[in-house]
Amino acid sequence: MTENLSFDTAPAVEPASGPTKTVVVAGDYLNKLTGEKIERECKDKIDAGAREIVVDFSQTDIINSIGISILLGVIDNAQMAGAKVVFADLKPESAELFDMLGLTKHVTIQ
Amino acid sequence: MLEQSPKLIHAFGALAELGQEVANKNNFQETIRTSLHLLSGALGIMRGGVARYSRYGRELNMLAVRGLGDDFPLSLSVCVEDERQFLTNGLNAIDAHAARVLPFFQVYATSFERRRIELFVPLIIRDEIVGGLFLGEKATGEGYSSYEKEIICAMGRHIGVAISQRNLLAEIERHSEENRKLFDDLRRTYADTVKAFATAIDCKDKYTEGHSVRVGKYTELIATELEWSPEQIEGAATAGYLHDVGKLTVERKIINAPYRINAKESAELNKHPTVGFEILQAIHHPYTDVPLAAKYHHERLDGRGYPDGLYDREIPYIAKVVNLADSFDAMTTDRPYKARRPAIDVVDDLRRNAGKQFAPELVVAFLRGVLRELKSETKDRRFRRLLGREYMEAEGLMPAISDALNELEPTTTLTYIAEHATELRTEVAEGRTSL
Repeated sequence: MTENLSFDTAPAVEPASGPTKTVVVAGDYLNKLTGEKIERECKDKIDAGAREIVVDFSQTDIINSIGISILLGVIDNAQMAGAKVVFADLKPESAELFDMLGLTKHVTIQ
Repeated sequence: MLEQSPKLIHAFGALAELGQEVANKNNFQETIRTSLHLLSGALGIMRGGVARYSRYGRELNMLAVRGLGDDFPLSLSVCVEDERQFLTNGLNAIDAHAARVLPFFQVYATSFERRRIELFVPLIIRDEIVGGLFLGEKATGEGYSSYEKEIICAMGRHIGVAISQRNLLAEIERHSEENRKLFDDLRRTYADTVKAFATAIDCKDKYTEGHSVRVGKYTELIATELEWSPEQIEGAATAGYLHDVGKLTVERKIINAPYRINAKESAELNKHPTVGFEILQAIHHPYTDVPLAAKYHHERLDGRGYPDGLYDREIPYIAKVVNLADSFDAMTTDRPYKARRPAIDVVDDLRRNAGKQFAPELVVAFLRGVLRELKSETKDRRFRRLLGREYMEAEGLMPAISDALNELEPTTTLTYIAEHATELRTEVAEGRTSL
């Protein structure tokens, strides 16, 4: 159970250890609105030189198809720039969904 | 199949969301973008695009893309052979590698390979190509299974319907715009014809040159003062321009007689309203009252007019308007047997004849218009242009009009009360108005 009950929590970008690593915290519901913010943030960070993007799913309960599509976009962008994507603190059901759709083949799970 | 269940449930969820998105009538571009997200997310497709087909240019124009990069063409040409094959194939997924025999897949082979496009789905709705889906490899790296292709086609149908609806809407908008332009052209042609007719009528009468045109303009001014709609004003002006069309059949020597005509000649001249009505009735006018205005523009409220000696309420309203405009022009222009009357005399005539020849509220509206122009309360100089500056600046004209208005306006109110007695009684009883 997350502490934040809002279904429209904006993603937060946190400075991480090392200048080339960025942590993006996904909200509780990864949909088009929040997802596109994450995608934009990740792209900006990659363009700015980040070589590792950590998406923190600790607050994320629900991910719909649009959320998946957006994460695929994050992965694609990162791969093209030679950056690494890490999915952290995944809920088991999200991990299962990512595995089923092949996302886990392109990211590191923490 | 059992092990595929979670995948199916996930995909059907996306399909349901897509149906809702298409039905929601959101912004079209946004709907297409969301549709591509839903399709990619449903099956874990790394990249793809949705294109709309232009029948005229035979090209697929990209509406939304995901991960196709800047070098992927945004507009893809389709030849006749491709089009025929797509229609034969129907809304089914085409394997981009296996379809190399088609020119479409040969021409764009490099782009497809670079972006790993595996499937192309022509979106066919009601036997017409409306668009296409370009789908890259799946995140799993596996090929598309037959059930995944089924899901793609089901989602493609939804996207195709959205594009088709948008095309239909655009077509309707285009037709509506064309119709509006045609209607405007017709209206302009009609207005020009009416003015040409008015000039032709006026040519017959060398002493009253420009009479029909001026009556048209005065009628328009009265209608404007009465705050009629633009269409009603246009209709009123037309009625004014054509009110004397029956004079075309009256002998020129009677119309141009430089003396007061005799009874026989007068009887001949007085046929012109009925003849005018017959001429105008045969024409399909955009405004229904035009023939009536011609027939009854010489009727008077007191029943002493012609051709039918109608009383007040029996006279069509437009005919009352034209009557006032016609009489005003007759009084304010030189005639072969009579010079134009001074402005103050004309105002006095209108005042005295309000309720006898003229509808009082029309006289009020007319005089109010003249007064506003005299007081420079409006930038328009319409009366000044028609009557001349000197005539309009006659000494004492402004007070004469003010006096006439003071005298006539209560009459107008009384007429209004008489005409709306029942409604007013109810309103007063219910306290909604007071007298």
